[in-house]
Formats: sequence, C-alpha cells, structure tokens
Amino acid sequence: MSYIAKPNVSHPKAPKNELGLTERDYEGVVSTLCAGCGHDSVTAAIIQAVFELGIEPYKMCKISGIGCSSKTPAYFASQSHGFNSVHGRMPSVTTGANAANSALTYIGVSGDGDSLSIGMGQFAHVIRRNLDMCYVIENNGVYGLTKGQYSATADVGTVGKKGPANKQMPIDPVSTAIGLGATYIARGFSGAKEQLVPLIKGAIMHKGFALLDVISPCVTFNDHEGSTKSYAHTREHYHRVIKTDFVRPSEEIVAAYEAGDTMPIKLHDGSKIVFRRVDKDYDPTSRAAAFSYLRDSVNAGEIITGLLYIDEETGDMHDLSGSVSEPLSKIPYEELNPGADQLASLMDQYR
Amino acid sequence: MSKVNDVVIKVATVNGTGSASANGLLMKSIFRMGIPVVGKNFFPSNIQGLPTWYEVRVTGDGHQSRADRIDVMIAMNAQTYERDMAEVTPGGWLIYDSTWPRSKLLDRKDITVLGIPLSRMCNERFDGVRARILMKNIAYVGAIAALLDIDLDVIKTLLEQTFASKKHLVASNLEAIMLGYNYAQEQFDCPLPPRLEAMDKTKGHIIVDGNTAAGLGCVYAGATVGAWYPITPSTSVMDAYKSFCKQYRMDEETDGKKFCIIQAEDELAAIGVVLGASWNGARAFTPTSGPGISLMSEFIGFAYYAELPAVIFDIQRTGPSTGMPTRTQQCDLMSCAYASHGDTKHVLLFPANPEECFYMAVNAFDLADRLQTPVMVLSDIDIGMNDWMCPDLKWDENYQPDRGKVLNAEQIESMEKFYRYLDVDGDGIPYRTLPGEHPKGAFFTRGSGHNKYGGYTEDSHEYQEVVDRLLVKWETARKIVPEPEIAYSKFNKTAIVSLGSCDGAVKEALSILEEKNIGLNYCRIKAFPFGDAVRDFIDQHDEIYVVEQNRDAQLRSLLMLDAGIPQTKIQPMLHYNGMPLDASFVVDSVLAEIAKGRAA
Repeated sequence: MSYIAKPNVSHPKAPKNELGLTERDYEGVVSTLCAGCGHDSVTAAIIQAVFELGIEPYKMCKISGIGCSSKTPAYFASQSHGFNSVHGRMPSVTTGANAANSALTYIGVSGDGDSLSIGMGQFAHVIRRNLDMCYVIENNGVYGLTKGQYSATADVGTVGKKGPANKQMPIDPVSTAIGLGATYIARGFSGAKEQLVPLIKGAIMHKGFALLDVISPCVTFNDHEGSTKSYAHTREHYHRVIKTDFVRPSEEIVAAYEAGDTMPIKLHDGSKIVFRRVDKDYDPTSRAAAFSYLRDSVNAGEIITGLLYIDEETGDMHDLSGSVSEPLSKIPYEELNPGADQLASLMDQYR
Repeated sequence: MSKVNDVVIKVATVNGTGSASANGLLMKSIFRMGIPVVGKNFFPSNIQGLPTWYEVRVTGDGHQSRADRIDVMIAMNAQTYERDMAEVTPGGWLIYDSTWPRSKLLDRKDITVLGIPLSRMCNERFDGVRARILMKNIAYVGAIAALLDIDLDVIKTLLEQTFASKKHLVASNLEAIMLGYNYAQEQFDCPLPPRLEAMDKTKGHIIVDGNTAAGLGCVYAGATVGAWYPITPSTSVMDAYKSFCKQYRMDEETDGKKFCIIQAEDELAAIGVVLGASWNGARAFTPTSGPGISLMSEFIGFAYYAELPAVIFDIQRTGPSTGMPTRTQQCDLMSCAYASHGDTKHVLLFPANPEECFYMAVNAFDLADRLQTPVMVLSDIDIGMNDWMCPDLKWDENYQPDRGKVLNAEQIESMEKFYRYLDVDGDGIPYRTLPGEHPKGAFFTRGSGHNKYGGYTEDSHEYQEVVDRLLVKWETARKIVPEPEIAYSKFNKTAIVSLGSCDGAVKEALSILEEKNIGLNYCRIKAFPFGDAVRDFIDQHDEIYVVEQNRDAQLRSLLMLDAGIPQTKIQPMLHYNGMPLDASFVVDSVLAEIAKGRAA
C-alpha cells in the first residue's frame, strides 16, 4: 500500500456548507482499496453526510481497528484526528476518547472480522455502555487482506472463491445489537448511497451508540456467483423496510408525508429522523418487534435495510456514570487536585 | 526473649470471619502507642472458609520487613493448628481456643501453650451466629492486650472512632475485648516477657497500604479516566481512586463526577480505554497484575510506537500463569520492560513502599506525558495490600503537572504546518496535538509503519528513521527517571543492588551484617532504563549481589541488557517462594557467598 495525497484544488463553484467548506474539505488521501470496493462508496457517503451536517472536521475523530475497512478513515476528513488502532479494539479506544472529551464527534469504522470475530467482546461491551458514537461496520463476509477466508458474517451456503460452501452459522451484527441493547440500529448497502447518507447523519446525531451495518461487497474475493454478499445478490434480496430522512433543526419538513405513514422522532440536538414505513406494521421504536421482524426476514432470505430501531431515551455512557457535562480533559488541574490541606487532614484517618 | 517492643505475633484464622478488622485493631493500637509496627496478610485466593494468617511485627527499631520468627501464635483455626504450632519459635507462646479439647499429641515442650475459651465466652455473651464468630476474633485482641500490655484506653478510643456512626457496636466490641482481657489477666502471669511499652516513634507517620496510596496519587496527579478489569491484587487501587474521587471530585453544584471510571470487559479493553483517553488529552491509568500485562501487551507496543502516554500499575503476584494470586513476587520485570512484539522497551518505576507508590504515581503521569510513552509502576502484593508504616504523605502546592510537548491552538496557528513525529528539540520527543484543538492540528495515529511526518510508509529509510529516533527518546528517559537510592558503607568493594519491596529486608540485613563487621554498599534501583548513577555505582565495585524476588534473576538480566554489566560481576540472590522477603534470607545468602569466596 502506498500513500497518495490528493491535489488540493476544487471547483470554484463547488457547493459550500454553513461553515463555508466544500465536500473536498472532507476528503482524505486517495484510497488504495481495490477498484469498485464497496468500502469506497461508504467513505463517499460519510463524506457527504458530515459535509451536509456541517461538522467542523477538527472536532471529529475517526477511529478504526485493522482490516480493509479500518484503512478507510485515512480516505475521508484529513482535517480530523484519526486513530488506526489494533485489531478488534476500536471500541475501547473510542470509549476512552469519549470519556476524556464528550464534546467531539466520534466515527468508528470497522469490518465484519474486526467487529464480530477478534473484536466481538469489545463490540458487545461498547453497546452496553451506550457510548455516544457512530459505529460503521463495512460488512463483506470475507477477510480481504489475507486473501478471502470466510468471516463470521458469511451466510450458510455462501460459496467462497476458492473453497467449499460455508457451513457455520453467521453472526448478524444487527440482531446481535438489538439483543445487546443498542439504541440506534440501521442497515444499509454500499450500493445505495441515497439511503446510506441519512442513516449516517442520524447515527452521528443520535446521542448514544449507533450501529450502521453496511453490506459492502468485496469485489476481489466475494463478488462472484454463489456469494450472498455480492452486489448482484444484495441488489436482488435487498428490502427497504423503512425509508429514513434526516432533518436538521433549521430545516422545515417540506416533503409531503402521508399521515399515518410517517413517524418523526426528535433527536437530542433538535434535529429529526422521519420514517416512512414501507411495511405498514413495522415499528422502529419497539425492540421486540424489530427483533422478530428481523428473524422473519432472515428466514425469508431478505436483507432488510433502513433504520430498524431507535431509542432516544436511554442516556449515554456519561449520563449513566454521572459525569459532569464539561469534557474531563478540559477541567483545569486546580479543580482536580484536592490540595495540601486536604491531604494533611486525610492523614489522620490513617493513624 | 524478654525484649521490649520486639515481638512477632501471628494470627491464624479462617477467611471471611471478620478477622481483618480484629487484626487492624491490634495493629493500630500498637501504632498508637507510638511503637513502629509491620503488618503482613497471608490470605488465600478464596472468599470464605479457607485458612488465612496475619502477622504483626512489633519493631521498636523501626524495621520495614517481616521477621523470620513467630513469638506469639494465636491459633484460631483448627484446620491449621498443627502447622501453626510447629511454626512457633522455641521459647514462644501459643494461644488457642480452649472451648474444645485438644489432642495431647499436639503438645510441644519448648513453647508455652495458653488456652482461652474464646468461643464459649462469646457464645454465652452474644446472640446470633455471625456476631459470635466476629466477637470471638475481637476477644483474642483483648487477650493479646493483656498478655503484651497494650493500652486499653487506646483500644477504646479506636473502637469509638471506628464505629462513630454505629454506637451500639462500640459497646459490644468493647465487651468482647474485655472478655479476652479479663480472662488472660486472671489466668496468666501478664504481661509476658516480650511486652510492649509506649514510645514516641510513630509521630508524623501513618499506616497505609500501597494500593490506597497509589489510588490517591492518581487523584493528586489529576487523572480523570481510570479503566480496569478487576484482578487480584490490583483491585484496591481502583477502589481507592474511586473513593477518593467521591470525596474530592464531585461538582458542588451539579453533583457530577469530575472523573470517569470504566470497568472494562477485559484488560485489552482497559488499556485501549487508557490510550483513547490520553490521546484525547486526559490523564488516564489502569491498575492490573501480571496476567493483565500479558493481555495488554499488543496495545502497549502500539502506545510505544504511536507514542501515547499511559500509566499502568502492575501489582505483581506470583506467576507463571495464574500462579498464586495472593502471594508476592517481582516476576514481571522482563515482561513489562519489553512488553509486546517487535523492538519495544518501556519505562518502569519501582516503588519500595506505599509512600513511594503515592509519589511515583504522580511522577509516572509526568514521565508518561513528557516522554509520550507508557510508564509502568511495578508494585507488588506485599507493598500493595499490606499495612506499612510510612511518613505522612505531603503535597507541594507549587506542583504543576508536566503535560509534555502538547501544542495549544495558538501554537498550532502560528505554525505553517504541523507534523507529528519530528524531533524538533533533539531529545527524541516530538510534539503532539489533541483532537478538537485546531483545524491545522490533525494527524493520523497509527501502529502501522509511519514516517516522521506521521504518514503511512513502507519505505525502509523512513521507517528506520522513526524507530531510531525512539532510541534517542530512550536515552532521554534514562536521564529523567528517578535516581537510585545509594548508601555507602566504609569498608567494601562488594555491594547489594536491589529494588522495590526488597528494600526493608535488605536494609535490615545490612545492619545485621554490619554488626558482624561485613559492610556492604547498597543501591536500590528505582527505575528502568538505568541511569548513569546505577552504572557508576556498579562500576565502583568488584562484586555485586542482586537481590530480587523471582526465579530467573530478571533485574540481573536487565542490568546486563540495558547497562551492559558483565554477567560474572553480578551474583543473583533470589527469593521467590511467594512470601515477602525477610532479612535473614539476605544475611544467610551473603554469608554463604562470602564463605564460598574464602573457600575458593
């Protein structure tokens, strides 16, 4: 892999966001992933989402583990601090980063191996803490960098490029997250950017743990006939259970939604997620309903997508532990140190 | 055995029966009589029902280590009676609960056996099974008070202070004390020859364990993020940090916490949290023990290469593997010094007692921030969980944390471009920026190959330039870590080099040897890498005995590796059975070495 910087020129008429930045300002170095990799489309969707949200790049952190997916933070937001950590441990690093400074935006990028094999423990426990972060899994069912072994999300019966069909049960990150109590759970497809962008926006603005499982085909090792994570297979079995729009506090809802079919949910900063049900009976605020719907869809061989579950009530890690609202890393030392007199009087308790 | 203020009492009980508070009461009463005292707890890795021992060494001379004798055994546990009796030094005393008959086979002619019907007296006086068990333990403190002449008023005051909020317990505890006290007074010739007499040697001192002191040090250092996975014997570091934070770190208006403690799913996550937090500008730490270091190793190597501060407390216990989790050793020196794959080496601090745990905790944060690297504080279960007499901890109000080379927004603004890994000052320490500080401050932290600008690289020269610069930083570390404690005797070209919790026993041994006209010099190493003072000291001697508590002579190995000391010059003296080091081991080992020399 090499390191290629992009020339920093952009079209003079390129649209600007409220900070006066163009989309180019949210790009990173040139991707070194394979041409056509689904992950690059996810990167493009992240760029569009943070550009449209108008997030100050330097107030955002990109954190990842190891693998193809974990390389992608280098490919967006080069003005943001990045942390490419060790395999499967992105959640703990993000936990610490957020513990130190709750005022920044945290985007974690991981893959199916990074999150559901080596990092399964950390994935589960970051959900339990309801860490305020956007957690993207770029899910392609294979290990790319080590040349195509099945990952934990490979479906039963899917056929690898060089081996017999997979016989082990897959771990579905979405059902796992529902079971573990995640408070924002969505699934998208790298081939459907217009759906992905609002899902990312919602995941970033949600206060708490937001999981975004993105089916992101591996063009080199898992895009052939017989694979259940190919572009063709995903397109064929892809089912939008719910259409999701993300609306900023400043924006009016202009689209015409049919009464009864729409469900706006207010986020902590005043922005709204507006759902349009494609399936009439689907309720994204019911964990039980989401879980059973998901089970049925798996049995039917459908890949259901959209914002599948949301809970805006449960507090994030800092709420649960009762931290002060000021970022801990910004508290002056004088407020942290009890001082000489306190120490002197404390000594009497040890005599 | 009729010396005043020189007696070793050992209490054998069953764990989970409240004997810890009884032993604490005994220990503090003696301390409050102004007599220096050492407390060692030998407990099983178990919650309830197994044998446990507590050793109290009354040492008017102010020694810091345990003694290799038992003068008075309080044998409260039938399970271990035989072995407890066997341990008593000839001429000593054994006290047992005479409620039940005792086999004559267990008699020893060379000690005095005193029976006190502790259970019977407590069963008659107190109701409820739990109360009877607890009070039986308090009652033996009363008996010991009579036998050794411990001031009853001191005990009374202690009870009143301990149970200030539960007044009814003062009366019942005092009653139990008097049961034992009166029985001993009536039945035996009190006090025994090894009796106590009030002194004035504990003024300005406290009794504290190292883990409490380390937790307090983290509060004073300004640490705001603590992450951990519970593991014996490090748990009480976080317990202490938490309780001091609740005392000193709650926001008065909002009642919010100015700290965040994360009980992680394992040690891998605990160190990940620490790195994320310190990357983001907080002072963060994790307490652990040997098995935790093994699990953290990958991340420790990451922090070394990506240059992130981290403070890790390793409260060492015996290995290998699970080993004996409640027994002491200094067995993680090598695994900490070179934790992780690839070329890595780490800064280590070696506190010798709780006082140093406090000050070194603060120093560890300063060094980690200054050097942008993990700093490990290697305590052990002896320091961490035993009760030590220490001088009062004091705080210098002028202290300001050394946060190292962190650029603020103004400094970043004035730069044309910021690069993460440039050695601007020639000390091998680059400048870093924090997320959210300034748009020009961004960089990519990675464990993959990177060049001095912070960019990914697979270029040989660029890679090597960075790892070579890390060696420059290593030399800077050598200059700023704590200097060793050195003591010269008048006569010898032979010296002892040691570290950590060996200190008390070694010092006591040196004074015993001095009486035999063997004057050895002494160097107690406080940090790794070894500074010039350590090398100079060793250079001045013909022969060095390296006293440490592990099987493989790990400190000695480090001296060869990092200070280039020839193997033949340094003789290992190794104590690794899990018990804290005592002076007689050192004395005997030195005498044996000297005898060998004369024979040769």
